[in-house]
Amino acid sequence: MKQVKVLGSGCKRCQTTEQMVKETAARLGVDITVEKVTDYAEIAKFGIASTPGIIIDGKVVHAGGLPNEAALEGWLRQDS
Amino acid sequence: MNESVSPRGGRETRAPNTGPWVASVLVCLALWGVTYSLLPAASKALVGSLPVERTSRLGEALAFFFYDLPKVVMLLALIVFAMGIVRSFFSPERTRALLSGRREGIGNVMAAGLGTVTPFCSCSAIPLFIGFLSAGVPLGVTFSFLIAAPMVNEVALILLIGLVGWKVALTYFAFGLVIAIVSGWVIGHLKLEGWLQDWVKAIQVGGASADLPATRLTQVDRIRLGIEAVKDIVGRVWIWIVVGIALGGLIHGYMPADLMARIMGTNVWWSVPAAVVVGIPMYTNAAGVIPIVEALLSEGAALGTTLAFMMSVIALSLPEMIILRKVLTLRLIAVFVGVVGSGILAVGFLFNALYS
Repeated sequence: MKQVKVLGSGCKRCQTTEQMVKETAARLGVDITVEKVTDYAEIAKFGIASTPGIIIDGKVVHAGGLPNEAALEGWLRQDS
Repeated sequence: MNESVSPRGGRETRAPNTGPWVASVLVCLALWGVTYSLLPAASKALVGSLPVERTSRLGEALAFFFYDLPKVVMLLALIVFAMGIVRSFFSPERTRALLSGRREGIGNVMAAGLGTVTPFCSCSAIPLFIGFLSAGVPLGVTFSFLIAAPMVNEVALILLIGLVGWKVALTYFAFGLVIAIVSGWVIGHLKLEGWLQDWVKAIQVGGASADLPATRLTQVDRIRLGIEAVKDIVGRVWIWIVVGIALGGLIHGYMPADLMARIMGTNVWWSVPAAVVVGIPMYTNAAGVIPIVEALLSEGAALGTTLAFMMSVIALSLPEMIILRKVLTLRLIAVFVGVVGSGILAVGFLFNALYS
């Protein structure tokens, strides 16, 4: 079970990113939990400077803009 | 857990065939050039075929609308594509690393310059602000970046070149950078770190910077990013351009000839501060305000007053201040508006004096 966090204030791109994560995981059959982090202080703790950001099992894998579909698949497939 | 995750899942995608992509881009560029060169004739024919007298007010307004709209949208698509590729070499995280620990002065200059090329979305302003401060970028340097990023960018530059002319465009660009550099420097020297919201100060102490895995982009990835930038930015700003050009067309067709010269002319000293004040609550981006700027200038408004109006509309926006309120105290926002506003006033008066 991967724990995915999507960081972002709730702008459109952040919502799209969350959607992409869920859809890609479902397509790959990867079991995940998705948590949205909207609090700025919480987001800041991950040390990114642009949103949306993606955290998988505590590790920052992406910051700023929509993620690349192929890259997203890679992160979700990665054994933890 | 501490294993680094490559953005491509550890498996580097094999280099896709770059040739066809580059060829398609070249074909598109050629098509763009042909279409662009045919525009004046086509729009003339279109307006001519309408049942409206060309020299009438409505005719003037329509001619402006149908010629400028396609021209501006085409120029915009081209520059946004080019900048999408340039921006693929930058990221806010990389810019932050470049600025981290920089001293004031050189740091302000670098921040303003990087602000023009770093991908930046206003919805990311707060994470960026905190992310910069927590990584040791000084407050004033962070401000230089935040002032330059929305004000001095390719959209503003290309619209000014297309609608007003390259001299005004370069003037705006140069003085936009100067305002960003000087305002940031002044704010830095006022030592206002204590005027940040408390929770921001708390974060600053235990600052962290994410260690993002280095992304290896192929040429095709960069072309794709350029195309995405066109879809995203042109898709977002076209409505502003339509509204701006429609308003510009109305000003062209219906504004009494000497009204502009009387209220925004060079010999009306109060017009510069008035332009700045009027610009603050107006919220639009460069795309919406520049067609209006073009119309104002051609109707006899003074260059300095018009530049001041444009800078105020873009750089001092009420919605952005409301967003910044989450990290800055009201006092600090007031200082920010005061410093940037003074810079804009200075530019306005300077250009009215030079070009009167």
